[in-house]
Amino acid sequence: MQRVAAIAFNTFREAVRDRVLYNLIVFALLLIGTAILFGQISIGVERLIVINLGLTAVTFFGLAIAIFIGIGLVYKEMDQRTLYVLLAKPVRRVEFILGKFFGLALTLLVNTALMGVGFFLALYYVEGRISLPEANLLAALYFVFLALLLATALALLFSCFSSPVLSAALTFGLFVAGSLAEDLRELGRMMEVPVVEMLARVVYYVIPNFRNFNVISGVAHGHPVPAALLWENTAYAFLYIGLVLAAAALIFQNRNLK
Amino acid sequence: MIPTRRWLPIALVVLLLGGALLVGVQDRVDRTLAAHREEVQLLYLSSPQWVKRLSFGYDGLLACLYWTRAVQHYGRRHMAGGDRTYPLLQPLLEITTTLDPELLIAYRFGGIFLSEPPPHGAARPQQAIALLEKGIQHNPDYYWFWYDMGHLYYRSLKDYRRAAEAFAEGAKNPQAGPFMKVMAARIAAEGGDPRWARFLWAELYKSTDDQYIRRNALNHLQGLQADEDIKYLEALVARYGTQTGRPAGSFEDLVAAGLLRALPLDPAGYPYRLGADGRVRLDPDSPITTSTRGREP
Amino acid sequence: MPVIEITGLTKDYPRGFWRKRLHRALDGLNLTVEAGEVFGLLGPNGAGKTTTLKLLMRLIYPTAGSAKLLGRPFTDIDVHRRLGYLPEAPYFYQYLTAREFLDYCGQLFGLPKADRRRRLGELLEQVGLTEAADIALRFFSRGMLQRVGIAQALVNDPELVFLDEPMLGLDPVGRREVRDLILRLGAAGKTVCFSTHVLPDVESVCSRVAILNRGRLHGLGTLGEILKIHVQASEVLVSGFSAALVEALRRLTDGVRVAGDKLSATVPDEQLYTVIDCVRQQGGRLLAVNPVRASLEDYFFEQFGTEKVPELTSQE
Repeated sequence: MQRVAAIAFNTFREAVRDRVLYNLIVFALLLIGTAILFGQISIGVERLIVINLGLTAVTFFGLAIAIFIGIGLVYKEMDQRTLYVLLAKPVRRVEFILGKFFGLALTLLVNTALMGVGFFLALYYVEGRISLPEANLLAALYFVFLALLLATALALLFSCFSSPVLSAALTFGLFVAGSLAEDLRELGRMMEVPVVEMLARVVYYVIPNFRNFNVISGVAHGHPVPAALLWENTAYAFLYIGLVLAAAALIFQNRNLK
Repeated sequence: MIPTRRWLPIALVVLLLGGALLVGVQDRVDRTLAAHREEVQLLYLSSPQWVKRLSFGYDGLLACLYWTRAVQHYGRRHMAGGDRTYPLLQPLLEITTTLDPELLIAYRFGGIFLSEPPPHGAARPQQAIALLEKGIQHNPDYYWFWYDMGHLYYRSLKDYRRAAEAFAEGAKNPQAGPFMKVMAARIAAEGGDPRWARFLWAELYKSTDDQYIRRNALNHLQGLQADEDIKYLEALVARYGTQTGRPAGSFEDLVAAGLLRALPLDPAGYPYRLGADGRVRLDPDSPITTSTRGREP
Repeated sequence: MPVIEITGLTKDYPRGFWRKRLHRALDGLNLTVEAGEVFGLLGPNGAGKTTTLKLLMRLIYPTAGSAKLLGRPFTDIDVHRRLGYLPEAPYFYQYLTAREFLDYCGQLFGLPKADRRRRLGELLEQVGLTEAADIALRFFSRGMLQRVGIAQALVNDPELVFLDEPMLGLDPVGRREVRDLILRLGAAGKTVCFSTHVLPDVESVCSRVAILNRGRLHGLGTLGEILKIHVQASEVLVSGFSAALVEALRRLTDGVRVAGDKLSATVPDEQLYTVIDCVRQQGGRLLAVNPVRASLEDYFFEQFGTEKVPELTSQE
């Protein structure tokens, strides 16, 4: 709908004009450049290091962007009451949530693309030649982007009801927990107490499984990304994001504004 | 009033001086701490399983970091003369390969430098074997691990039979060069022949890009060559003795006698030294460390 | 047809650490506003004026009661197409320019691009911000922000406009401009409902007012009705008076003041004509006879005195 698009574009515009963004991107690019230095250690390992460090840097800086911008934008809006003006228009609360999310998603897309370009440039430098970006690496980058979208949705959800510091902590905490999801399930199994095992399994399915999106070690060694994983991860991301946004819309709908 | 205008140059000077002082002090701190600091700090967690668990999926990157540390641990001590038993090499490589079981270079590095005698390695061949076996388990198609294993049995343990078995296993891989089959067939019987040692080091040198492994292989090749040279030169010295009835004083004598065309240099380019006892030795400055004959016993 | 119908609107805020105590910000408000009125919501700080407007705009939800706007239930978000709203002390997107911001508002109404451009130009001129149109809002002064706020409230040419403390932070010139704007809106047939705690603003503009205090309605009607205007006394202005006249007047009434060559006397109704006769007899010159009316301020002090009203700072 046009209103959602308007809100999305406005969110994107505000994010772009926020200087936090540029700092983070610069740092990410610097880090990727550092990978080149690291690679000097041992010749065969250069490519390995650049891919590992590069993609991990994109992940974590992307996460920082998702958290800072995502939480900042929503909280700022609610705290500074620009929201009053917005909701006085014929804008449904759910449209606001959706618009904000898509605006942030667009911001993330641009960032990830920029950092991706830096990453491929570093890779070309290390390999000594320019070639079409490998499909594997693009897939890995795509998965990172999906993970960041999910993190953004979570940040948005938390912003609907908690302070920015708490929201940031919760989002980051869920990211770590979600990356450890499999280990938690393992731990539950090792306990051999049925209740604990059951609990571990439930937790495993409930928390967002960020490990799904991490194929970095694999592509660093040239293992192909299974084609099925492409749509499976996409489906997981869309489903989970959908649920999170629905929850956010629900909470926001019933919220009395300051 | 614009106070900053006047104070600006002074402020800049103070800043620069302070900065320089800071750098100097930091260096001193580094030196003092270096004496104290063991590299134990690298291994807050010595359990590879726990490191892997805590890496929450970013194990590829951590593996690279640990690999970097392992190489630094080796390199620094090898150059600067630290603890030449390289105590942390095995744990670091263990963690690295647990984090990334496909980091092939780590296994090869360990295969060599865990088994080599000091000052080149940690002299723990069993650890090296264990590491290579782990490598084979996770990367069964990488036949070079069998090669490294065979080479290990050959040079460190002098177990030619096991060496041959290892080469035979590696030869099963259709991509392995024909030399694997050859070695498998002949090393059990001919293991003592130094030509095999040469061959093995040469193949190793060609099979990798890693500068440490290459340098080490080169050193061995030069050492073997030096051994040959020395054997030959000592025979010449002996001949001089029987020919002239006097012991040779220096290599110039041999040149004068027509036994040598020029003053002999070792493979690293340093002149050989003739001792009063007729023994030929390497120049003390020569970097060749692996010659069995060229150094004082 | 009434454009605003409020029935039993109530709002409680949970207070205290366990959120058990309830603070009643609005208590069963009943109010009707007809089309074309310029309606004032008055009351001290914390009276419930802003709460009422926020409830109507669905920014917060009522504990009880309901309302209808332009004949439709206030839960219908589409009725916002015909509404305009200026929040109290508004804040706008810092990194947008005034033009971009108003354009954004236009987009939210679904106005096509050409219409938006035209409307922008009109609005900016109307509020006097044409020159500052392309400066980022974060550089705007309080007064300029207020004007942007009014502009955004009018983007869709609404039938019903809510203004929460529109004169806040404005200098006298600004206040006059807002006042004139409100009058123009009223003259154009729109209904304007604005809240304020500054009384002189109201007196010149509103057709009817509602007076709130502590969440309750205290008075409703035209200013005249509320203040119950009956001339209680008059102020008589005299010049060219003699000492004898002053004497005579002093005997008739208390409030006699002499300032330079002017004499003023506050004369109760009953004695007015006696005093006038006296002046005529003594040869003084009658300059003016002005009725003394109770002002809104008096009303406030009378009704609410100096009681402390709980100041509501953050709500929820």
